[in-house]
Amino acid sequence: MDLTKRAEPERDVLVSARGLEVHFPIRGSGFRRRPIGAVRAVDGVDLDVYRGETLGLVGESGCGKSTLGNALLRLVPPTGGRVTFDGIDVTALDRRRLRELRRRAGMVFQDPFASLDPRRTVAQTVSEPLEVHGLAGDRRERAARVGELLELVGLDPAVAGRYPHEFSGGQRQRVGIARALAGEPDFLVCDEAIASLDVSVQAQVLNLLRRLQRQLGLTLLFVSHDLSAVRHISDRIAVMYLGRIVEVGPAAAVAGDPQMPYTRALLSAVPVPHPELERSRQRVVLGGDVPSPAAVPSGCRFRTRCPDVFEPCPDVDPALQPVGSAPGHLAACHLHGVVGTPVAAEADGAADRPPRAATGSAAR
Amino acid sequence: MSEPVLEVEDLRVDLRTPRGTAHVVNGLSYTVGRGETVAVVGESGSGKSVSVLALLGLLPSRTATVTGRAALQGEDLLTMSKNRLREVRGPGVGMVFQDPMTSLNPVLTIGRQLAEAVRAHGESSKAAARERAVDLLREVGLPDPDRAVDRYPHQLSGGMRQRVIIAIALANSPALLIADEATTALDVTVQAQIIELVDRLQEDHGTGVVWITHDLGVVAGIADRVLVMYGGRCVEDGTVDDVLERPAHPYTRGLLGALPDLAEETGDGEVPDLATVPGVPPPPTDLPEGCVFWPRCPVRSDPRCETEQPPLDLVGGPLLTKGDGLPHRAATWCREGDDRWT
Repeated sequence: MDLTKRAEPERDVLVSARGLEVHFPIRGSGFRRRPIGAVRAVDGVDLDVYRGETLGLVGESGCGKSTLGNALLRLVPPTGGRVTFDGIDVTALDRRRLRELRRRAGMVFQDPFASLDPRRTVAQTVSEPLEVHGLAGDRRERAARVGELLELVGLDPAVAGRYPHEFSGGQRQRVGIARALAGEPDFLVCDEAIASLDVSVQAQVLNLLRRLQRQLGLTLLFVSHDLSAVRHISDRIAVMYLGRIVEVGPAAAVAGDPQMPYTRALLSAVPVPHPELERSRQRVVLGGDVPSPAAVPSGCRFRTRCPDVFEPCPDVDPALQPVGSAPGHLAACHLHGVVGTPVAAEADGAADRPPRAATGSAAR
Repeated sequence: MSEPVLEVEDLRVDLRTPRGTAHVVNGLSYTVGRGETVAVVGESGSGKSVSVLALLGLLPSRTATVTGRAALQGEDLLTMSKNRLREVRGPGVGMVFQDPMTSLNPVLTIGRQLAEAVRAHGESSKAAARERAVDLLREVGLPDPDRAVDRYPHQLSGGMRQRVIIAIALANSPALLIADEATTALDVTVQAQIIELVDRLQEDHGTGVVWITHDLGVVAGIADRVLVMYGGRCVEDGTVDDVLERPAHPYTRGLLGALPDLAEETGDGEVPDLATVPGVPPPPTDLPEGCVFWPRCPVRSDPRCETEQPPLDLVGGPLLTKGDGLPHRAATWCREGDDRWT
């Protein structure tokens, strides 16, 4: 059932995932190291990223948001489902065409201290994609292009000859962004790109990303655990829990009128810098921890911590359905009507996996 | 106010580095009362962590020079003998560090690590220490404490580990708890659990808390008073409402403006750009003359900014401070457009 499309049929989809799965095998300790279970990092994700928008992807650590970002670019191979990029099936590309995808889709990583080679100058780092993709002919052209890119991200082109250790965290992140932009991509995945920066520097990078997005017409997937930052930068927000998208919609609707109990709890846990408001706020404090992605609960995967759990939750795996008043606002929650796959049917589908993988408890 | 738990006066820390002497903390003064939470906020490199490590004598004595006074219940921590300091650390001060992954010993069960803290400051037997460990784990809300006590750190989640660390810090019912970025590595939902826990323990035991963080949202929820650090100095302090709602220092204003605000952004319209503080903090080996903030200050206007260090002055004078009468102070020459200054 393709609800995402039905809700907003007129929008132009750049990147699309259908039933996307990334399962990592857990191997036994025996000689043959047979798989005895699987970590279901991404477990049946349907998601569309529209051309020219910023989609924020939020969730707690371990929910699979980074793996999803990587899987969309085929940086990790999906174990099931399909990803299309501008109509091309990404999961079936050969090496040559994969390289073309790499040019059109860039990545900005979390840690600007680890994602730049300390022994290469900024110019070498930023010009590498130009060389790999054969984009700027000779050395002089490349140098000019590097200068342009550095200027674009707000760095003085004169720093091109310097090494990463000579820069602050925020400046390094700008270098990382310049590198990601070198191939003139259509799509940029920012994986926790501001997480390791100080507040005042975070703001600089957030503003830069917004400016670049408008100026270059980029499509942005902004993966972060920081809901305030995601709310600030995104047109739409997708909330992820245990490998699934549980709510997605326009940023104002998801942040202002959340329809899934998990999103509500997540939002209420975000501290805001207003003492009066903090004192009067009603907080939904979730008990316990996120279950292991190797032992996902049956039915709704949030039911073990949900304050509103009721009868159908363990028995029916909820599908995304239209909720709230904003068009394109979807949530996977039985409170809005029981829609989804009954658990018994799901177990049948699991029968073709290795027999001991079907029960999550075998993973321990 | 009753006698303060902690009184810090003119604390200074210099570190010898290959690039010269780093003036990491430059004259910090504050007090923490019984049951009070003081939040120390600032960006990385502002000296907030070093300032508490210095209190506990945890800086390497070869490279660090610590001066000033830091009285814990009347007794100066900085001049005390090593043996006395060791006695004081457990029942006097408990410390919770940032990273719950690295502050526990991976090869010992958490029960043993708890018992170690219990037995270091009491004469209880092994069995009694174990019993106390189970009680402590129950108090911090760890599920199934009887079995958890025999687990190893890697078998626990980040939130559970941080609870264990808090249990260790509280093992000897300290008068003062220092939490250095204690929830920074945790998810927001777990952070909310930990904050609730500390809040409850503080109410039960009247513990004074020094909470070091860069997250102004957390500060709004937990602090009674706030101290903003920049370049090793306190640039502004006061009640949490004064500092966060009516900031007087350009740096505090800049920090608050740079924060994407979930509470304000609920409309549908175009979200404006965030205000930024241009540039980066000065290196502690080369602090500017005058006001530490002037090279980045967007409103500097006074000729004294670049030459004379502004004193920590009362904003609005003592008569104008409302509420419980705690002063609101800021160190800046830039007072234009703010009619609270006398």
